[in-house]
Amino acid sequence: MSDLAKNLRVVKALGLRSVKQTFRRPQLMAPILVFPTLLLAIQTGGAGGAVNLPGFPPVHSFLQFMLAGAMMQSLMLAGNSGGIALAVDIEMGFTDRLFAAPIPRYTIVLGRLAGTATLGLLSALWFLVIGLAFGAPIEGGVLGAAIAVGLVTATAMAVGGIGAAIALRTGSASVVQGLFPLVLVVLFLSSAFFPNALMIQPAREIAEYNPLSFVVEGVRGPIISGVDANELLDAVLAILGIVALGLVLSARALRHRVRVG
Amino acid sequence: MPAIVVEQLERAFDEVHAVRGVDLAVDEGEIYGFLGPNGAGKTTTVRMLTTLLLPTGGRAAVASHDVVKEARAVRASIGVALQEAALDPLMTGRELIRLQATLQGLPNAEGKRRADALLERVELTEAADRRVGTYSGGMRRRLDLAAALVHEPRVLFLDEPTTGLDPVSRKTIWEEVRSLNDEGTTVFLTTQYLEEADQLADNVAIIDHGTIVAEGTPEALKAQIGNPHIQLQLAEGSLAEAEEICARIGKLLPPRDARTILVEVENGAGDIPKVVRALDDAGIEVESLELVKPTLDDVFVAKTGHHLEKEKDEEPDLEGVEA
Repeated sequence: MSDLAKNLRVVKALGLRSVKQTFRRPQLMAPILVFPTLLLAIQTGGAGGAVNLPGFPPVHSFLQFMLAGAMMQSLMLAGNSGGIALAVDIEMGFTDRLFAAPIPRYTIVLGRLAGTATLGLLSALWFLVIGLAFGAPIEGGVLGAAIAVGLVTATAMAVGGIGAAIALRTGSASVVQGLFPLVLVVLFLSSAFFPNALMIQPAREIAEYNPLSFVVEGVRGPIISGVDANELLDAVLAILGIVALGLVLSARALRHRVRVG
Repeated sequence: MPAIVVEQLERAFDEVHAVRGVDLAVDEGEIYGFLGPNGAGKTTTVRMLTTLLLPTGGRAAVASHDVVKEARAVRASIGVALQEAALDPLMTGRELIRLQATLQGLPNAEGKRRADALLERVELTEAADRRVGTYSGGMRRRLDLAAALVHEPRVLFLDEPTTGLDPVSRKTIWEEVRSLNDEGTTVFLTTQYLEEADQLADNVAIIDHGTIVAEGTPEALKAQIGNPHIQLQLAEGSLAEAEEICARIGKLLPPRDARTILVEVENGAGDIPKVVRALDDAGIEVESLELVKPTLDDVFVAKTGHHLEKEKDEEPDLEGVEA
């Protein structure tokens, strides 16, 4: 078996463990699916009239508009939960087992990110099913749905990289957990839950430059109107930016973790 | 050929020097006991030898590979069961060993075969599909040991494998360590239990404050101490006066507690009547009296001036202090 094949087996095994760990630990699972689903239900039930505001994009329903936001919330919290799980591994010494194995150390981070990406994929599918079940069509059809799922999965992995970096740097689950409110701030200062055009300053300015807004629009476009190449390109570039940031931070944090043991 | 060679190994955490110029040589096929109190530098040394921590000075080679320059080759040659069994409570025992097999690069079928065999060896077959969180302390240690053996390592590092275990579980681990050693595995065992080192190790190194203070076979180390000592527990009377009397008969050793006197005597049991008579004449009542032959604790006392077992939990744990 080649080294590449061996490393891919390790990433797969660690990714699978990460997914099982999330499903077996309710406190990791709840923020990923339960909270975003509840928030989606509350928002669509209580603020559905927002679609009639001047400047609101043309949509079939508020639920259709909100699906992308729910997916973003879920993947951001999946990234945060992935970081918490990695920090728990460090705290209980499980990462020592991995560091003492003859594997490249980047596979440890990639395994965790593979797990987070899988959770992102599951969350995207979950919210698409909810949308369809409650009458919100996917205007971009099968291709649009596939693009939305692909973007959410890739973003989950990218955001997971930042969560992993913080976990490796601090080695503390409570520190990573403490970032939970920051995740919500970043979400609410994007177009995840409300169109940029209807925000007031300075939130509107911040949301316009928030990379997450580009991803949101890339996911929302295929759901509410259809696939738009420019939106898609912006989303991919934003994801690549987050991936680059996550990779740099993770690599530095991994070196730090190896140095301090 | 030595399985482990360590030369002037050092590790500092900021201003704290956890390991200060350690030299060791462990032969292939031996059980090497690394004995010392909490915070003495045992775990820091093991973490360097298992490539989990970079040394700040000196060098070390395990299975003929340098721990810094050939870290990956070292990791492929060693099995590691670290302190307090680093196990995921949400995984099952079987999942953990299968994961360990994958980490060691074993093909799926081989990993499955070895997992089944190892679970049987450590008597965990019935519990294999239960989550580790439901295991007892002894079961967790046995599982950790099985996971460390999945790739049949040349050198096995066991960091305090029986700390916190009941006597029955401790004995089970001892039997397994002996059996592994009989099969040819070199075992590097850290422990703070004197009896464990005495029972298992072919050679022992005693570490205190990051420095090796004694090394040799348990028998040779105890022979260096020479004379036995009398251990007296006083029921009534002045401790200071009793010490003064005992000092006339033999050499006083550092006491374990406020009511105990340890006095080294030349004639062994022959000196007991002298001690009893002298104390009786002074009106000092003795609660218990015992002749104690030299132990590794006596070696520790002779080399460091304090007892090993008394100091458990008193020393600060330096592991985890950031660089």
